[in-house]
Amino acid sequence: MASIDTGGGDGHKKGPGVKKAKKLSTTVDMTPMVDLGFLLITFFIFTSTMAQPTAMNLFMPKDVDKPEDQNKVKESGAFTIMLGKQDVVYYYEGLDPTKIQTATFKTIRDEIIRKRQSTNPEDLVVIIKPTEHATYKNTVDMLDEMTINEIKRYAMVDISKVENELINITEAAAGIE
Amino acid sequence: MPSVKLKKHAPVNDMTPFVDIAFLILSFFIMATKFKPEEPVEVTTPNSVSSIILPEKDAFMVSVDKDGRIFVSVDNPQFRQLLIENLNTTRSLGLTPAEMKTFVNSASVGVPFNQLKGLLALDPDDPQTERLIKQQSGIPCADSTGGELFFWVRDALNAYAGRKLNLLIKADNYTKYPDFKNILNAFKKNDQNKFLLVTSPEDAPEGTALAVTRQKQITGEK
Repeated sequence: MASIDTGGGDGHKKGPGVKKAKKLSTTVDMTPMVDLGFLLITFFIFTSTMAQPTAMNLFMPKDVDKPEDQNKVKESGAFTIMLGKQDVVYYYEGLDPTKIQTATFKTIRDEIIRKRQSTNPEDLVVIIKPTEHATYKNTVDMLDEMTINEIKRYAMVDISKVENELINITEAAAGIE
Repeated sequence: MPSVKLKKHAPVNDMTPFVDIAFLILSFFIMATKFKPEEPVEVTTPNSVSSIILPEKDAFMVSVDKDGRIFVSVDNPQFRQLLIENLNTTRSLGLTPAEMKTFVNSASVGVPFNQLKGLLALDPDDPQTERLIKQQSGIPCADSTGGELFFWVRDALNAYAGRKLNLLIKADNYTKYPDFKNILNAFKKNDQNKFLLVTSPEDAPEGTALAVTRQKQITGEK
C-alpha cells in the first residue's frame, strides 16, 4: 500500500568476492498516518458545522403609562395561555379567566389551531402569560408555537392576580406540586 | 523457450498526493474552526423553529444559567475596551489599566460591580483562579429598576453609540421565567425592545401551518 520505495532492487552484479551490503528497506507505511489524518478531518467537519445556533426574534411592547393607549382586544378573538408548574398549560378563551382549562404542551397546539380556524384572523390575539413557576424553555416553546401556527398577533404579558389565584386553585385540585 | 521471469512485486500504490490533500483539508478545517469561547456558565438553550442565523458581530450577549446567574459578554475586543472604560467612569470602579486589559481578554463577566475589581485582579496563573471564575455570583438584576444590569446595558449602548447593537439573550432551559423577565426589564428601562433569543435549530412539526408554508417556499408554489 502506502510506500515510498527507494530500494534499488537487484542491480548489476558486482565483481566476485564483493559482498553485497544488505540494503535496508526504506519503505514507510503511511497507512496509520493517513488513518489519523482522516479521523481528525472527520472530527473537525463534525464539530465545525453542527453547532450553528439560531436566533429567535422577540419584540416586546413599550411600557405604556395610560391604559387607554393600549391595544384593545376583542372578546371573541382573545385566547389566553398561561404557563404553570411542571410544564402544564392553562388556557381560556375570551376575557373571562374563570373559564380556565388545562392542557399540556402537546395538546395546546390543537387548541390554538381550533381557535385560529374558528375566529376571524383580524381579531385573533394570543396572550401568553407565564407564571413565576414557568421555565424559560416553556416561554420559548410557547413563542415558538406562535411561529409554528403562524399566529400574527401575540403578546407576552404579566399574569394578573385573579389568574394566578385560579391557577393555584386548579393546581391544588390536580395535585401539581 | 527462454522464459522471462518477472519478479513478483506487491502492487505499489503511491499515496503521497492523497496524503497531501488529506492534510491540506485537515489544516483548512483546523484553521477555519472557531472554538467556542470558554464561558464560566453552562447554558443549554431550548430549541426553536426559527431559521435566523445568530449574528456574530456587534453582539451584546446576556447569558443566564439555570440558577439565574447573569453574565455579560461582548464579541468585539475594541468595544469591550470602550465598555469597561465607560463603566469605570460612570460607576467609579477604580480599575487599573491592567485590570481593564484583563476584562478585554476575558470571555464573559458576571459579578456585582463591587466585586469586579477583585475578579479582574486575579492572577491567571494561580490555580485558585479558575475555580473563582467559575463561581461568579452573577450580575444582580432582581429589582424593577433593572439592577446593575441596567448600567451594563446603558454603558454598552453608549459605547456603541450610533451603530446597531444586537441584543442577545441566552438562557438555559430551566431558567425560571422571573429571572428572564428581570433581564427584559433591564433592557426595557434602556428603551430597548428588540431582542434575539439564542436557540438551537429544530424542524417545524409535520402538518402545521409553518411546515406547509415552508414546503410551499421550497417547491415554489404561491
